[in-house]
Amino acid sequence: MTAAVFIGCSFIAFGPALALCVCTIAAEPLRLLFLIAGGFFWLVSLLLSSLVWFIAVQIGGSNNASVKKNLLIFGVMVSVLLQEVFRFAYYKLLKKANKGLMTISQEETLPISVRQLSYVSGLGFGIMSGVFSLVNILTDSLGPGTVGIYGDSPQYFLSSAFMTLAIVLLHIFWGIVFFDACEKKKWWALALVILSHLLVSGVTFQNPQYEGSLVPSYIIMMLMATWAFFTAGGSLRNLKLCLMCRDKDFLLANQRPR
Amino acid sequence: CWANSVERKIYIPLNKTAPCVRLLNATHQIGCQSSMSGDTGVIHVVEKEQDLKWVLTDGPHPPYMVLLEGELFTRELMLQLKGSSRISGLAVAISKPSPAQGFSPGLKCPNDGFGVYSNNYGPQYAHCNWTVWNPLGNGLAYEDFNFPIFLLEDANETQVIKQCYQDHNLPQNGSVPEYPLCAMQLFAHMHAVTNTVTCMRRSSLQTAFSLNPEVCDALSDYNVWSTLKPINTSSKIDPMDEVIIVIDSHSFFWNVAPGAESAVASFVTHLAAAEALHKVPDVQKLPRNIMFTFFQGETFDYIGSSRMVYDMQMDKFPIRLDNIHSFLELSQVALRNSSVLWVHTDPVSRRNESIQPQVKTLVEALINSSMGANVTLQEVSQSQPLPPSSFQRFLRAKQIPGVVLADHRTSFQNRYYQSMYDTAENILMKYPEGLSPEETLDYVTDTAKVSAKHCFCPLLAGGWRRGGWRGSGCWVSRMLYGFLIKTNNSWFQSIIKQDLKGLLGDELPQHYIAVTTLVNTTQLVQYVLANLTGTVVNFTKEECLNPEKTPNPEKEMYVYTWVQGSRDPNSTSRVPFCVQSTVHLTKAASPAFELKQWGSTEYSTWTESRWKDIRARIFLVASKELEIITLVVGIAILILSLLATYFINAKAHVLFSSPGDGGAVAY
Repeated sequence: MTAAVFIGCSFIAFGPALALCVCTIAAEPLRLLFLIAGGFFWLVSLLLSSLVWFIAVQIGGSNNASVKKNLLIFGVMVSVLLQEVFRFAYYKLLKKANKGLMTISQEETLPISVRQLSYVSGLGFGIMSGVFSLVNILTDSLGPGTVGIYGDSPQYFLSSAFMTLAIVLLHIFWGIVFFDACEKKKWWALALVILSHLLVSGVTFQNPQYEGSLVPSYIIMMLMATWAFFTAGGSLRNLKLCLMCRDKDFLLANQRPR
Repeated sequence: CWANSVERKIYIPLNKTAPCVRLLNATHQIGCQSSMSGDTGVIHVVEKEQDLKWVLTDGPHPPYMVLLEGELFTRELMLQLKGSSRISGLAVAISKPSPAQGFSPGLKCPNDGFGVYSNNYGPQYAHCNWTVWNPLGNGLAYEDFNFPIFLLEDANETQVIKQCYQDHNLPQNGSVPEYPLCAMQLFAHMHAVTNTVTCMRRSSLQTAFSLNPEVCDALSDYNVWSTLKPINTSSKIDPMDEVIIVIDSHSFFWNVAPGAESAVASFVTHLAAAEALHKVPDVQKLPRNIMFTFFQGETFDYIGSSRMVYDMQMDKFPIRLDNIHSFLELSQVALRNSSVLWVHTDPVSRRNESIQPQVKTLVEALINSSMGANVTLQEVSQSQPLPPSSFQRFLRAKQIPGVVLADHRTSFQNRYYQSMYDTAENILMKYPEGLSPEETLDYVTDTAKVSAKHCFCPLLAGGWRRGGWRGSGCWVSRMLYGFLIKTNNSWFQSIIKQDLKGLLGDELPQHYIAVTTLVNTTQLVQYVLANLTGTVVNFTKEECLNPEKTPNPEKEMYVYTWVQGSRDPNSTSRVPFCVQSTVHLTKAASPAFELKQWGSTEYSTWTESRWKDIRARIFLVASKELEIITLVVGIAILILSLLATYFINAKAHVLFSSPGDGGAVAY
């Protein structure tokens, strides 16, 4: 649908991610490193899950549409589980790396806190996941045609972009909650994260009824956002202070003589 | 897997189409052109004249891509479309049955200026002043259009397009149709512009500096010729008579040239005549030799015959113009009215006292030999000029006696001259339903019967020799099937070389000269002629493929071909054999390109442009408003997220600090 749609959809899907990178990641080299490594881990998980799906299709191997759909559902579930497994693996790797970095850098505190790591790894996962979801669709949106000649909804590009936006943000929030749960050994939180991921992926099977998939995804995203906010140390009090511009007073009040 | 799944959701490709491409000659460019990245337009189906008004003035979503019914594809309509800026392309649905009033995109005066009649030779006959040969010709194929035009050959695809139009583009109760609308995109970008001089100059410059490949190619191929008695090029050549015929055709669209009446029926008759003459007993004792020549490229200002004349004059051909005693040309012969065939001669050369008696003898011999046969030959008025024919190129070089046989007395009988409707139906070839391909091959249609019974076998033999003939049955029906319906049949398969299986196809054969050498038609004519006029010799494969290795003085006069033979009925393998014949190929490229006279008015200068990508597809387009809204929403989200991130980042030490943390928290 031409360049306008291409640019519009890319900004919709990757606008917040771009803003986050520019404002928080770009200045700090360590964060950039961990962002890219996180993206790589997501890629490996995708590779493995695609291998599993490919083998399943070869074995299952019929042209029956419902069998194909079932295989796809199976593939999606396996992919979600593998992504979370790799998130856990990344967490373990980061803990080890942090220890190593500490011994080298001869400082007392960790160069990068677990909270920051959780945010950065979530962002890395999210960006890579968004890119793989949307790039094929974006290249086709550059051409003159729009979806619909076979009866599909013409809102295909827009809804894909919004869905990708939700996924990117969700990955950030899942990362924060996941790492915190691993730190504090809160296994129920872990299970909840995996469950919500499965739910969001499952709800996309409602497409092309985009209301059926976008609305639940955004609701889950809002919920996860609040949970992540509280996990990361936020509170309603802090929020009120910020919004009413009384943060300077707060800081001054909290200043303790060293 | 031609595309990824998203692309498959968006586009429907149109596979069975034929484009209109750009051809250039010394002074003009003809044909069609699209923009580099294709032309897109909202589809509008024009089934009657009034529908055109929507496209030209009323429609609110220009530019339009018009889907035209074949009946409406006329000069008046096309000139209206040509002048409009609201058209981005045209798709023509081939009309079945053919339009009743006839359709010919060729010129009213074919090959004008390149025949023999000019201001110096018979000026009253030049430029069709005496007879308009193709009165139905509207000259569409020689116009220059700046939008792409495609032919939709498959009725199913046309129906898909019409369905898409009806679902999305039809105005409901006079109101404007709403987006998304059904649109079509045609890619047919041509690299060459202006004329042959310009494009050859650019090509030679580009290839000299290895910048880019050429932008156009000269139309060229090969002529096929064969002699009744083998000739030895080194020794003296006997005087001979030459029988000539045309084997190519053209239509408005690229590589769509069925040419049934204008070419195929005639050269099939010629092939049958050659076969029958070879079987006449004592033919080797004839005082004069007979040469059968098949010219390629005659549609484009006599490419093949002008080259042969040039080669004869430059001594590059074994036979010279002085060796030729007389000519006989078979022009369009299939649509005879009450079985009469007309004999045309050139009035200007007949004024010459030495030529006139020879022509008179020839004509009388032909007319006499037809007595008692089922076809009658009659002479046309002696003041009428020759119709467009290859014989004119020979006359241009030297006055030689000759006649042209045709089924028309004045103007052409062919109402579909050089068009896509000049098919088997035009020459009334009808097969009954339900025959298998093999049965169809052997079914002798009425056309074939008519041609075979008095297929000129007696005429030709009688023309040069008194007495009867005992020719074997003519192969006319098989050849008509092979050259008009399907080349991939068992007979053709048995007479070609083994490694040329790609030569035979299942779709309708086309007879356009093209720019690649040796098109299928030329090769098939070569093999059929070799098979019909040659003899089977008992050579092994090695001897056949390398005849110079076995000592035999006769070898130089013949050409040996190893053909794959027919299939054994019991097994699947074929029994190949060696055919000895006198069939040769000679280059049919205009001398203008040899001499590098690209602006020549003496020789044909037709070239075909090169192109990269030719395809067509349909899809839905969304409104401009929706696109702008998407862009604006995207930019808004980006700006919003930038602001929010900046704000959160600035206040992060406050937002994310729990009461336990002190001041210096590394966020």
